[in-house]
Amino acid sequence: MKPEMQHKVILRVVSKFLIPFILLFALYVQWHGDFGPGGGFQAGVIFAAAFILYGLIFGVEKLRRVIPAWVTRSCLSLGVLTYAGTGVATLIMGGNYLDYNVISHVTTHGQHLGILLVESGVGVTVASAMITIFVAFAGQDR
Amino acid sequence: MVLLVFMLAVGVAIVRLRDLFAVVMLTGIFSLLGAAIYVLMDAVDVAFTEAAVGAGVSTVLMLGTLALTTSTEKVTPEANSLAALVLVLITGGILVYGTLDMPDYGDKTAAIHHHVVPRYLEKSGEEIDLPNVVTSVLASYRGYDTLGETFVIFTAAAGVLAIIGRRRRSRRTRGDDDDDDGDDNEETSTKEVSS
Repeated sequence: MKPEMQHKVILRVVSKFLIPFILLFALYVQWHGDFGPGGGFQAGVIFAAAFILYGLIFGVEKLRRVIPAWVTRSCLSLGVLTYAGTGVATLIMGGNYLDYNVISHVTTHGQHLGILLVESGVGVTVASAMITIFVAFAGQDR
Repeated sequence: MVLLVFMLAVGVAIVRLRDLFAVVMLTGIFSLLGAAIYVLMDAVDVAFTEAAVGAGVSTVLMLGTLALTTSTEKVTPEANSLAALVLVLITGGILVYGTLDMPDYGDKTAAIHHHVVPRYLEKSGEEIDLPNVVTSVLASYRGYDTLGETFVIFTAAAGVLAIIGRRRRSRRTRGDDDDDDGDDNEETSTKEVSS
């Protein structure tokens, strides 16, 4: 957003150090949501926060080189399609819409898989939505 | 209780301050205090969301907006301040009156604890077999609602793109052009450059 940010050495070094941990924490929240607090929504926001931090420090141009517009735009739709597609899959397998029991022979296994798919869809959509909105706002001042 | 007093102080400060940069920071603090209250109420999932969205991302988005506009509030002549005060008092009074009916916090006899909540708590262990009942409810029992929420997020991002996404790209074609999506319409760029 601000080109002068690139001269702040401490910010650059610290953010480079932090970003991998933020991404890792987002993945932890995503896949550990079944057992602890968290889930797709929170994980998506944290995942996007890592990219937004990068964009704040290094500028939107560089952020766009890391994650181009077509990636966020396709992921935005991909997440929703994953969620809705899980529902369609359960329909085809003979159950109700989003009835995960039919996915596997053991109903709880089907529930686990269904929740995993659905939560990953939520996470992908939320992350790309946040990045998209940030870039749309921050990319204006030019 | 202490947190609520802090929230009240921050809220008053937000209203009084003219420096919008400080106001954005204070709204972030407001959200963080709200998240702390949710933690005290054992609603960690909600607190997590509040801290990440309210205190984190939305603060950044507001700062991004401030970078585009000005960072001081325009002082408007206080013509209707009395009428506005009366209106606010009436609205606030109605809202407080509405809360009088609500059950106390942690009340065992509250209606919400006698409908589906006991069923979820008792049956989700064998039906879903996940330790976190919140995830079971959100993703499985209430899967339709979460699908709707995901569509809301999708629509929000699509709306932002439709309103300001295109103008941004056409404006970028003016100078350092590394845009490679190839679907720009460049007619608007000349109009935008002049601003």
